[in-house]
Amino acid sequence: MQLELSQTDREFRDRMRETFTTKVPQEIRDTVLEGRHLTRDQIVESQQALNAEGLAVPHWPVEWGGQDWTDLQRHLWHEEMQRAGVPIPLAFNASMIGPVIAQFGSEEQKERFLAKTANLDIWWSQGFSEPDAGSDLASLRTTAVRDGDDWVVNGQKTWTTLGQHGDWIFTLVRTDTEVKKQAGISMLLIDMTDPGVEVRPIELIDGGYEVNEVWFSDVRVPGDLLVGEPGGGWTIAKFLLGNERVGVAPVGATKRALATLKTTAADQLDDPLVRARIAELENDLLALELTALRVVAHSSDGEPHPASSVLKLRGTVLQQAVSELALDLAGPASLASRAEDDSPQEGWARRTAPTYLNLRKASIYGGSNEIQRQIISRTILGL
Amino acid sequence: MDFTYDDEQQALREAVRGLLATTYADHETRRRTVADEPGFDRALWGRLAEMGILGLPFSEDDGGVGAGPVEIGIVCQELGRVLAPEPFLASVVHAGGLVASLGLAEQRADLLGRLSAGEVVLAAADTSPGGRWASRADGVRASVSDGTWTLDGVADPVVGGESADVLVVTAALPDGGTGVFVVAADDVSRTGYAAADLTRAASVTFDGSAATPLGEAGRDAGPSIATISDLTRIMGANQALGVMQSQVRATTDYLKSRKQFGVTLNAFQALTFRAADMYVELELAHSMVDWATMTIAGGDRDVVADAADRVGLQIARSGRHIGQEAIQLHGGIGMTAEYAVGVGTAHLEVLDQWLGNGPHHLRRLAERVTDHDLVEAI
Repeated sequence: MQLELSQTDREFRDRMRETFTTKVPQEIRDTVLEGRHLTRDQIVESQQALNAEGLAVPHWPVEWGGQDWTDLQRHLWHEEMQRAGVPIPLAFNASMIGPVIAQFGSEEQKERFLAKTANLDIWWSQGFSEPDAGSDLASLRTTAVRDGDDWVVNGQKTWTTLGQHGDWIFTLVRTDTEVKKQAGISMLLIDMTDPGVEVRPIELIDGGYEVNEVWFSDVRVPGDLLVGEPGGGWTIAKFLLGNERVGVAPVGATKRALATLKTTAADQLDDPLVRARIAELENDLLALELTALRVVAHSSDGEPHPASSVLKLRGTVLQQAVSELALDLAGPASLASRAEDDSPQEGWARRTAPTYLNLRKASIYGGSNEIQRQIISRTILGL
Repeated sequence: MDFTYDDEQQALREAVRGLLATTYADHETRRRTVADEPGFDRALWGRLAEMGILGLPFSEDDGGVGAGPVEIGIVCQELGRVLAPEPFLASVVHAGGLVASLGLAEQRADLLGRLSAGEVVLAAADTSPGGRWASRADGVRASVSDGTWTLDGVADPVVGGESADVLVVTAALPDGGTGVFVVAADDVSRTGYAAADLTRAASVTFDGSAATPLGEAGRDAGPSIATISDLTRIMGANQALGVMQSQVRATTDYLKSRKQFGVTLNAFQALTFRAADMYVELELAHSMVDWATMTIAGGDRDVVADAADRVGLQIARSGRHIGQEAIQLHGGIGMTAEYAVGVGTAHLEVLDQWLGNGPHHLRRLAERVTDHDLVEAI
């Protein structure tokens, strides 16, 4: 048991800190730190700046741009990035389809997609959830029927985050209706400019349009765009969703958001109740961060640490709790969330209500917190 | 950075666990032990001395083993697992810690040597009736006449004080400040009682009791007293972690075996989800306990004070959650004195109210909330 980072890891952390604060434009980092929305161009610019430094996809295989770091180093990379206000590389590219293609894709697919995926030359969207297949993903109904060398896709996906920016979409489709439901699922890569693909935005409670429905009407997809084997989609989906031990909880960003409140709402820090709420949240975040460190420090032997399932559950709860505190600190000023830009209310206060509402999603996506409890009670506690 | 035990630490854990299992294999033994004088098992205490456990924190020059905080934490966790009533925390960590921190070389060699050998049991008397975790004494006053020190006043609760041979007492000094004194138990009057978890404490009255200053006479020991309290708080958190681990295990076992409506209780998601939340609290507490324990090795008393507050708050929150849910998910059996789970809940409360409860630590953290931007974990 030892708390200090090794000399190597300290130098690594310093190097990350230096790179993130010098290579990613200040305007982009300020936008993130102040909780404002990034444009598509800003997200692309940031990821390309990281990629130029070899820091966009460090967890990929080395031959495709990965870095062969330890889990602890990846953790430090992830934390320092959030601390500096650098947007995390687009998850659909860096954490989802990239590792999937590297693991399951054909050589042709790797050559065609991986470099562009790392550099965000291709913006990937995720086509998993459907109106009747949320937590019960295996009951999805979008079909792909073989026609010559092609697949013909029909159906509807939903909750496709940032699908309005998407160039390509990786989808789970049903290629066989005769077998057990998990066994009939395959993964198809679909060009979103193909005829028959339609993206319809969904307005959310915060007034934003970050998720979409994606409709497929007789979309013809060349056969070489199926990843792995027909019927192998469920295995790939499990790999994709269970791929992460590092960065499961947005600890750094939530810590940063809480610390920022001490500056933006400085005039309320005489209130002992406010101080107590901040102190309690800081402590909760410390416990979460230490748990994340225990998980990454332990996983060098390849076995996942059971506590990793705690991170998603608790991480989202704390992320939401900080947004609640922000909203309470903003008070009446938060009503001006949709006022014109020349509103006399402060920007941070005006953003609190939409942020609070938006972050309710955090305990729903990526395996809802009820699914996480199910995983803990079944897999860890054996109940 | 490393959150795992090395081989020697693992071996220590196994050894302590093995020894405790011979005495407290079941909760019934603990019930009998706390009901009889002196409220713990003297034979077990002697075997802990033989194993070197009672001298773990002290230097070899003082008759101890010179082990680090991680090793002491391991012992506390194992004691907590079986709700052992032996006064390791009160006598070795707290009272012994005061002697090690403040005592002159010959005082340390004498008291800590005999404590390590299991020949004397110490107890720290540092709380006045109605008092609340202050490093300034106000319930006991020290006087000096012709170079002879005496104490007057009341200390209560004195954990482990009923059967201790020697009391280590904090007392207000004539010229201000707080001193620490060694008093033979024969020179005080004391009334013993059982706390909610049936471990023993005492109300101790000093009435012109002869006292020997620990260390330099008349010097304010406030900062050292505070640091030893912080160390004890962190080790108490280790003990609480052991209790919570046992409670989560007992609760999951119970959900798998207890049948109602023709099925085992784990068929009900309302219950398994609550068990999952207990596990979450346990892991968060575990992380914080390991971290706080590791901060001690750095030797910076401000860092340790901060860590004590942080782990104290975490343990208070996790302990309430797990302790209450362990009883609730057991149902009626969890309410009975013959079952360990509910007694564990009592033990968690005794540890917190003795060493520092949630509001106490939260208040201190809230006072410091503008002293930093982010809380740094490493």
